[in-house]
Amino acid sequence: MSNTHRIWPVARGFVCGLVIVYMLVPLAIVVIISFSSAPFLTFPPPGFSLQWYKAVLDPVWVDALMTSAIVMVPAASLATTLGLGAALALQRPGFPFAGPLRSLLMSPLVVPVIVTGAATYGLFRFLGLQGTRTGLVLAHAVLSIPYALATISTSLQVVDPRLGQAAASLGSAPLHTFFFVTFPMIRAGVFSSFLFSLVISFDELVVSLFISSPEARPITVQMWSNIRGDVDPTIAALATLLFLFALVVLLVEAVFGNGQADK
Amino acid sequence: MLGLPALAFVAGVFGIPVLLFLGKAFTDPSPGVQNFKLIASDTLYVRVLWNTVVVSGATTFFALLLGYPFAYTLANTSPRIRRLLIFVVLVPFWTSLLVRAFSWTVLLQPQGLINAMLVGIGFVHKPIELMFNRTGLLIGMVQMQLPFVVFPLYSVMTTIDPAYVRAASGLGASPVRSFWKIYFPLSMPGVLTGGLLVFVTSLGYFITPALLGGLRDFMIAQLIHDQVADIGIWGVPAALSILLLAGTFALFGLAKAAGVRTK
Repeated sequence: MSNTHRIWPVARGFVCGLVIVYMLVPLAIVVIISFSSAPFLTFPPPGFSLQWYKAVLDPVWVDALMTSAIVMVPAASLATTLGLGAALALQRPGFPFAGPLRSLLMSPLVVPVIVTGAATYGLFRFLGLQGTRTGLVLAHAVLSIPYALATISTSLQVVDPRLGQAAASLGSAPLHTFFFVTFPMIRAGVFSSFLFSLVISFDELVVSLFISSPEARPITVQMWSNIRGDVDPTIAALATLLFLFALVVLLVEAVFGNGQADK
Repeated sequence: MLGLPALAFVAGVFGIPVLLFLGKAFTDPSPGVQNFKLIASDTLYVRVLWNTVVVSGATTFFALLLGYPFAYTLANTSPRIRRLLIFVVLVPFWTSLLVRAFSWTVLLQPQGLINAMLVGIGFVHKPIELMFNRTGLLIGMVQMQLPFVVFPLYSVMTTIDPAYVRAASGLGASPVRSFWKIYFPLSMPGVLTGGLLVFVTSLGYFITPALLGGLRDFMIAQLIHDQVADIGIWGVPAALSILLLAGTFALFGLAKAAGVRTK
């Protein structure tokens, strides 16, 4: 074995170490700084303090967090319900235009979100939905539908369609068959879809930037306007809360959903 | 029938408004193609378009450079280390772009950790500009996009039969030679899919260039946002959106064709 044969595994190990640091350290630093006693974003922090989490209790941040929380639940419910209906329709054999319909429903994922934002802004100004929570719910639901459809379709693929047919031939009504035969088998997928949609709505910034107003301003938009001004560690505390929210939802998904976060 | 609500919803809140918005490229302020002529003749627009392509290309290059060895390790390691490495990519993947871009502003600022380290080891005498320029933008962009090369590369690499490389070695090829002659060509579909995915999605990036890039690194999405939301003109941003979408669909079509060919 010459030396060149040893270099490659070492170089590969080095790159992997670098990637681990590169991916995780920035987030870790933000979490640590959020507990800083200093009034600036200095690292390492001179001491421990919860002052920036107290600062989050300022009405500006609480209102924005409330808006995000109030918007994400109906947005995720809407996306999951519509996604479930579409997934059930599309998996029927011989469904007409299944290909184009699926493409249309997946297109919010393909079209750059900046284009969606500008277009939604134009529509909502026309409809009087600009700057309303209803508008935010509708816009967030559209962005989540591709994820809902993909997640639920995946869980439907493992369901044997003959089970539904068997139930029907034994005299079960379609609705009865759905609730007692099909749904229990795809429940985990539906739950995962709901959780993903919650995170997507809570983290959404670009479209919200176009369609929010002082009356309906989600937390990401409020953070955005502060990040571009004078930044204090309050933003680090909020960033930590957003990060923890996504992490907790993903863990719940891994345990109770169909574990699709890593697929 | 079950797919109808989703179809109506996505068409109404997404499809039709996007088409109406894009239509303004040809109608606003007056009918014709003057918006495209304006973009082609104005050096500011041409420079932003060129910037967008260069930044996306550089992001793709560096993401592949880091992602390839990482994905290789992922595909050729013990299940325990694989789970750890997937976690490393997955956590940032599900953390909001806003939080991640913010975490880079904390690290890259003049008083930030990286500058402190560079000064500490004597590499530089005083803090250097690491953000609001091309360097900071690329550091952020590559981190955002790394998961999108790692997952396609990993899924292709797990299908590569190690017997091929063993056979080449058995016939006397050096490890380096059997990698470049056998393994790398077999992994090309993953390189193409991941690379195209990163390039195409980078074209529409907004949050990262707005927070980490400088004025000279302006990208197309920032232009679309500022013109619609701050200035209130529609024709030029709609024309820019058409260019962005044309690029997106052309390259996704290419990726699909390449995927079909390699199968």
